Amino acid sequence: MIETLTSFLPPLLTEHAVILAVVIPLTLAPVAAIMPNGRLGWLVALLGMVTAAVLTLVIAGDVAQNGIISYALGDWAPPHGIEFRVDALNAAVLILVSVLGLLGVVYALPSVADEIARDKQSLFYSAFLVCFAGLMGVASTGDAFNMFVFLEISSISTYTLVGMGAGNDRRALTAAYNYLILGTIGATFFVIGVGFLYMATGTLNMADIADRLPAIQDSRVVQAAFAFIIVGLGLKAAMFPLHLWLPNAYAFAPNFVTVFLASTATKVAFYTLIRFVFDIFPSDAPFVQVSFLWVFAVLGVIGMIAGSIQAIFQNDARRLLAYSSVAQVGYMMLGLGIGTMAGISAGMLHLINHAMMKGALFMALGIFALRFGVRQISDLSGLARSMPATSVAFTAGALSLVGVPMTVGFWSKWYLVGAALDAGWWWAAAAVIISSLLALAYVARLLAAIWVGKVPVHRGEEVRSRAPLTMAVPLWILAAANIVFFFDLSPVLELARAAAEAAFAGGIR
Amino acid sequence: MNPHLVLRVVSKLLIPIIVIFGFYVHFHGDYSPGGGFQAGVIIASAVILYALIFGMGAAREAVPAWFVRAGSAVGVLIYGGTGFVTWLLGGNFLSYDMLDPESTHHAGQHLGIILVELGVLTTVFSVMVVIFYTFASRAPDIPEEEW
Repeated sequence: MIETLTSFLPPLLTEHAVILAVVIPLTLAPVAAIMPNGRLGWLVALLGMVTAAVLTLVIAGDVAQNGIISYALGDWAPPHGIEFRVDALNAAVLILVSVLGLLGVVYALPSVADEIARDKQSLFYSAFLVCFAGLMGVASTGDAFNMFVFLEISSISTYTLVGMGAGNDRRALTAAYNYLILGTIGATFFVIGVGFLYMATGTLNMADIADRLPAIQDSRVVQAAFAFIIVGLGLKAAMFPLHLWLPNAYAFAPNFVTVFLASTATKVAFYTLIRFVFDIFPSDAPFVQVSFLWVFAVLGVIGMIAGSIQAIFQNDARRLLAYSSVAQVGYMMLGLGIGTMAGISAGMLHLINHAMMKGALFMALGIFALRFGVRQISDLSGLARSMPATSVAFTAGALSLVGVPMTVGFWSKWYLVGAALDAGWWWAAAAVIISSLLALAYVARLLAAIWVGKVPVHRGEEVRSRAPLTMAVPLWILAAANIVFFFDLSPVLELARAAAEAAFAGGIR
Repeated sequence: MNPHLVLRVVSKLLIPIIVIFGFYVHFHGDYSPGGGFQAGVIIASAVILYALIFGMGAAREAVPAWFVRAGSAVGVLIYGGTGFVTWLLGGNFLSYDMLDPESTHHAGQHLGIILVELGVLTTVFSVMVVIFYTFASRAPDIPEEEW
């Protein structure tokens, strides 16, 4: 299918797809900014998303056929120039970001029109396009410093996007500010680490660094670089003790922003962690090996239990799901920490699945918020009668989050537990199961309110409403994906396996 | 009698020189230290000085808010546009040599960098002024007597 698509496009597009998928959304951002109203801004954003999604498919097809794509910006040959380098690992991330970006933007129009001031809407879409381009850039680049620049491009625009929730709730401003401070600390740590690597190796090209590191892996500078980079990226990925920015940012951002961030931003940061740990640093070096168990696995396990427990006690629906995200990042970290091919592939699988579940859940909450101003769990009361279709979609996502069979979340946990048991880590497998039970507890609170709670009554009549079509369609695509992929996991599983293989092969080297 | 006579006269003399210096920094950006960012800040500082001495109203007349808002977008478009032109001419993105492929002394590289830096200059200048305008128009103007 991808081949036919590629054959329709001119070679000028397909040969440069790697760079265009980043640069077209980036260039459309200023175009959106000068649009006179939100609707035109939205159209520009939609154009950017469609282009990026098509180009990403082309890239993925190319990677599947020919292996690694390398693109020299400005014809400066790597390692001297900046290189964009895509293998199966980042191709998977690119697909995830662009597909969810597209679904998100289709969904956005009514939600943004409701929540953002009229004169700010086109600027809002502009900031979103910058954020999207930044995430795509992080996932495509093969240059460590360039990665820092793209991380900052996406983060800074994210702070703006989160802060724009201030129209609804002034607490969005403090949430954005906290995120700004912590995100900047994370970026600083990351760039210090990259600086150390540059000092030790004299190069910024990731493949080139990877070539030079094994010879000097006993150097303190390299080890310090590793520590700095892990902490920096851990902050961006909301790894357990570094997750403090996340709950408020998700809870107070505009609904569309939460949908997009929850399903892409931490995922991209997690990808960078895999890239650095497996491909750039020598993964058999003692200081990397020790981090698998004592950093990623242990913190992952603590994170998934602590996050789930905190989620149980939340009253704000989006904050609840945000804490659940902290727990879900824990699952991915555990997958990374297991450090085997099965572990990474389980981590990647959960990464993709989690984007589907959280995307669906936050989209449904956004629709509830648009129609009924829902924020608290108690506000969800009886919505199964008021908005039955949206409630069903929400339920599909919620069950998937727990990992109930018939939903894709089941496979995430299946493969994760399998990988943990293969490695002999029964305690990690137990933790996954305990955390799933805790997830059942918080999901039950949401579902009980929706399905069993008292139906809202207005002047003696039950309140009813429908989701706008453009919001319902993306929601239903994601909700259906949660179910359909349970029965035929192979496309997602192949994507995750190929990604894990690429990570292991040191695709970058 | 205007209390700021000396300030006014001196800054009237200085502002054109500051702007010219800004462009000097810009046009030397391709082969010596300097470039669009520094030039943008220098030129913006001229507008800011003008606003400080002659007031926000005069500054807004000279450099309207819509102009800087559009400028911040146009600059990025100039930068990206340079990349798209080199791409359409058949090179990789931002491959400046495509702008003048015949040249034996890298005229394309010079031209490309000047163009890209022009984009940077436009955006940096506009954003600096936008930030200044945003902050300056929040606080109430201090009445003249209170100086």
